[in-house]
Amino acid sequence: MYAQMIKSEATQDDPEKLAAFQARIDRGEKIEPKDWMPEGYRKTLIRQIGQHAHSEIVGQLPEGNWITRAPSLERKVNLLAKVQDEAGHGLYLYCAAETLGVSRDALTEMLLDGRMKYSSIFNYPTLTWADMGAVGWLVDGAAIMNQVPLQRTSYGPYARAMVRICKEESFHQRQGYHLLLKMMAGTDDQKRMCQDALNRFWYPALMMFGPSDKDSVHSAQSMAWKIKMNTNDELRQKFVDETVPQAEYLGLTVPDDGLVWNDARGHYDFTQPDWSEFYNVLQGNGPCNAERMAARRKAWDDGAWVRDAMLAHGQKKAARRKAAE
Amino acid sequence: MAQEWPLWEVFIRGQHGMSHRHVGSLHAPDADRAIKNARDVYTRRNEGVSIWVVEAAQIAASNPTEKGPMFDPAKDKVYRHPTFYDIPDDAGKM
Ligand SMILES: [Fe+2]
Ligand SMILES: [Fe+2]
Repeated sequence: MYAQMIKSEATQDDPEKLAAFQARIDRGEKIEPKDWMPEGYRKTLIRQIGQHAHSEIVGQLPEGNWITRAPSLERKVNLLAKVQDEAGHGLYLYCAAETLGVSRDALTEMLLDGRMKYSSIFNYPTLTWADMGAVGWLVDGAAIMNQVPLQRTSYGPYARAMVRICKEESFHQRQGYHLLLKMMAGTDDQKRMCQDALNRFWYPALMMFGPSDKDSVHSAQSMAWKIKMNTNDELRQKFVDETVPQAEYLGLTVPDDGLVWNDARGHYDFTQPDWSEFYNVLQGNGPCNAERMAARRKAWDDGAWVRDAMLAHGQKKAARRKAAE
Repeated sequence: MAQEWPLWEVFIRGQHGMSHRHVGSLHAPDADRAIKNARDVYTRRNEGVSIWVVEAAQIAASNPTEKGPMFDPAKDKVYRHPTFYDIPDDAGKM
């Protein structure tokens, strides 16, 4: 997902307080920033929300790549609006993380020095215009699977950020699918581009949910805390079940010979992605890891003087206002 | 590490005569910029016709550990609600 392989942090708090905290969560109460919370809950959330925020921001890069080359003015404003939304999603989430006592700059610096990660999916290149369709349809589609249940997560600021994000996410998926529908009504070359995009993005999209975590103690703790609402396998299955008919409607073939409807289970059987590729991308060895981090670092470094100048200007104005009072 | 822009809390009034509502927060170097940033971050889809921003450091808040003494006294005052008073239907709509 946008937050992958989040290890829950061990908690060494007073067992009585822990039990009372768990009871609040079990009753469906929201935990708010100034409430008592276990250190492990706080740290796990910082890591999870931070990684989610970084993913929204880094996720602008593969799509930003195509804004200047969109094939029509209409598609350009669609894509621009979509990418602008992702910047907003990053900001909502950074704000939620900050309520846990970590600063915005500290989060950014942890991304830039490699202590924090972003989703594996954004380390794949966007080679053709059809990729803009595949990203909206599959990547935002996969994100929706996980973000919709997170609207009910136990941490109030995180849940509220998710509500805002989910309201905007459906447009992202639909503009992508719409783009593919149009291209699939086009020339043979256009159809080939669409199929090629699906071939390249299918397994990376399945990897977004992370490896199976049905036996993971970290996931069990996060699920008890309601900061993770479903297992990775549940969400992946749901994604496959919803996406396969959409591919068929487009006239595209999912690149999986093992894909078959299983009547007994009421789900599709499908082939797992190559998990060694996933770990390799997380290690920093995906096709675009270096490029993405270089772009983030450049934006941060080149923007430093602007941030400083604007702050100095703001402080000067405030001082003047004070003097005039 | 350079100094960070201060945090602002953002309040937006929607179209339909409701009061301003807290929608989230953002960083900005000053109030003017905070309003402009709030426009871009929180009203991209016509969510508002008016924006307030307040520096987060300026907000005083009730203490969550005193939630009980603070709000419990209102709980047993059912007579503050209209449904507490039984009025016969014959008295007409009230
Ligand atoms: Fe997003
Ligand atoms: Fe999105």
